[in-house]
Amino acid sequence: MSGMIINDLVFVAVAGFTLLSALGMVLSRNIVHSALALILTFLGVAALFFNLGAGFLGLVQILVYAGAISVLIIFAIMLVMHSEPARTNLFNTSLGTHLAGAYIAALLTLSLSLAIWFSELPQIKGKTVEDAVGMLAQLFMGNYVIAFEAAAVLLLVSVVGAIILARGAKQS
Amino acid sequence: MIGLNHYLILGTCLFGIGIYGVLSKRNAIAVLMSVELMLNAANINFVAVNHFIRPDQAIGQLFAIFVIVVAAAEVAVGLALILSIYRHASSTNLNDFNLMKW
Repeated sequence: MSGMIINDLVFVAVAGFTLLSALGMVLSRNIVHSALALILTFLGVAALFFNLGAGFLGLVQILVYAGAISVLIIFAIMLVMHSEPARTNLFNTSLGTHLAGAYIAALLTLSLSLAIWFSELPQIKGKTVEDAVGMLAQLFMGNYVIAFEAAAVLLLVSVVGAIILARGAKQS
Repeated sequence: MIGLNHYLILGTCLFGIGIYGVLSKRNAIAVLMSVELMLNAANINFVAVNHFIRPDQAIGQLFAIFVIVVAAAEVAVGLALILSIYRHASSTNLNDFNLMKW
């Protein structure tokens, strides 16, 4: 019983941390602070994955998101930042666009949250799969091998495309 | 007692914060970061549904990995596009990118 309460407390703490750092990312006026808050959000999501018994996915989240993608974003920020840092991440100058964005986001969040809260979702209290990595490997190399290869080709094409776009092709 | 509903509501809130960032920010990199937030919210939903509805299988985790792969490709191409536009227009402000405006 006390294990349940500790589990709930961990969820509340991690969820609050994730939501607060996501809000900090959106509301910060300095884009470097935004990027650092985004890394904290990724780490919070990784902690949620660990809490859900998906340890491998949590590690992938830390390696790919908190490691690689955030470094890529910070490099891009350093390459394009030319004004003073405190004014790099402002909201849209037209107040109408800003308010419309806030209105749509609040509407979507409220309606979806209420719909989820008042619906009875089926839940199974089963044991989580022990060998998730082995099962994932079997799925990747078995039923989903075509999707796996397509993802590999997608990554290759996107890396080549990113290099060409960032270098600038010769206008011959 | 924390159940599937709480995880789905957390994912919804993260998705809403991401949509707010996408619609109201004016820096292109901030918009890309908000899109990453929305993809993370979708990943939370995949893993939570996997854990609470089919705990004996790992299909949800598999889909989350595919989402991570597509997100990595998307952020690489998106940042390269932003760099390319920055070289052309010396700005990352989305209000300046109105080349196709009629």
